[in-house]
Amino acid sequence: MLILLCGIIFLHVAAIALLFVSTIVSAWTVNPTSSGDLWVNCTSSNGAYNCETLETGVWIQVVQALMILSIIFSFLSLFLFFCQLFTLQKGGRFFLTGTFQILASLFVMSGAIIYTIMSPEWTAPSDSFGFAYILAWVAFPLAFISGLIYVILRKRE
Amino acid sequence: MEEEEWNNKGGPGAGPGSGVWLGINGYPAPRAPRPHSLHSSVSPALLSSLILLVSAPALAARRGRQTEAMLTLLVLTAAVLLGAAPRSDAIVIYTGWERHALVGSDVRLSCSFFSWRWTSEDVTFSWSYRPDGARDSISIFHYTGGAPYVDNKGPFRERLEFVGNPARRDGSILIRNLDFNDNGTFTCDAKNPPDIVGRPSSVRLLVFEKVPIQAGVITGAIIGVVLGLLILVVAIYYLMRFLVARRVFNLSVRPALQSNPALHYPIHSLRAK
Repeated sequence: MLILLCGIIFLHVAAIALLFVSTIVSAWTVNPTSSGDLWVNCTSSNGAYNCETLETGVWIQVVQALMILSIIFSFLSLFLFFCQLFTLQKGGRFFLTGTFQILASLFVMSGAIIYTIMSPEWTAPSDSFGFAYILAWVAFPLAFISGLIYVILRKRE
Repeated sequence: MEEEEWNNKGGPGAGPGSGVWLGINGYPAPRAPRPHSLHSSVSPALLSSLILLVSAPALAARRGRQTEAMLTLLVLTAAVLLGAAPRSDAIVIYTGWERHALVGSDVRLSCSFFSWRWTSEDVTFSWSYRPDGARDSISIFHYTGGAPYVDNKGPFRERLEFVGNPARRDGSILIRNLDFNDNGTFTCDAKNPPDIVGRPSSVRLLVFEKVPIQAGVITGAIIGVVLGLLILVVAIYYLMRFLVARRVFNLSVRPALQSNPALHYPIHSLRAK
């Protein structure tokens, strides 16, 4: 029982960590000289980094908003999980926690999809996707499975 | 008080009251410097503080609404007298920080200043322009002696217009039909004699083809809307629960009332007893 609880919490925290790293680290598009992400474009020339904020477009701001919202909802679901752990009656399901976690995963999914489709607008064709982008795609099924577990799980003792 | 002191000192072509003093040649002479401000500022401050010191204990001894009103009046007059004393702080000039405009449109660059002195008749405004990437700045506008002088040779000839009101300390200019070459820094310098020590203020002009969306506006809007919807849903949920709980309460009370008619007419039952 305790092992199950630890495992679920570990999964949830792992999803949150992935979301954080993906949003903050500057590695959504990389090429040999520069790396860019949702917030800045960093180019390195002769070992010196030069970061400039991205020129504002509609879609990049939508992706920023969706990633931030997914982090917020994931945090809320963790908080609600601990609340429901102590207040739910026996046999009840963690519906609220699961809903928030599934919503968070949906936000990450839409953010990653929008970035994939719209990135040719603001990156050169020679750029390749960086690891932060891949982390965003990995965080989506992780969060989704975590949410499903919450919905299916029943409270015991 | 100050004018009387000045009149007593006399000067070339002295006459009654203030006005334009004629010099030796008949041309308006430059105004003589005002007597040292410390002298004129000490007397009202000293007077008001003396009055306060003398009357406050006397008033405080007597209670009542009248004394309170008189005390507030005294404090107010003291404050006014202290405030009217001329200070020697520098002039402070306000312009914007940045102005964004579209190609072909007009832009109004505002410039105003704050000075402890009254707005003199010799107030001057001057604007200068430094293009982006250049090191030198050229003067494009000057207002002095009550008349504006606009640029008629430089990059803004026939495009510049003075739309300010010097009496209200406003020295704004209007530039028409902007072009990409007008990107640069505009510096406004205002002087209000004898208050001339101050730092000019600059405003940066950016000319765009189309107005760009500011960074973070859409991000913030989406986050705000979604969180707002979440709070709304939570609020509605709790409201429904509260209403349903009240209705449940109403339903459980009514059968109790119906089964016991004495509860409907408590007064009658009391009288019957």
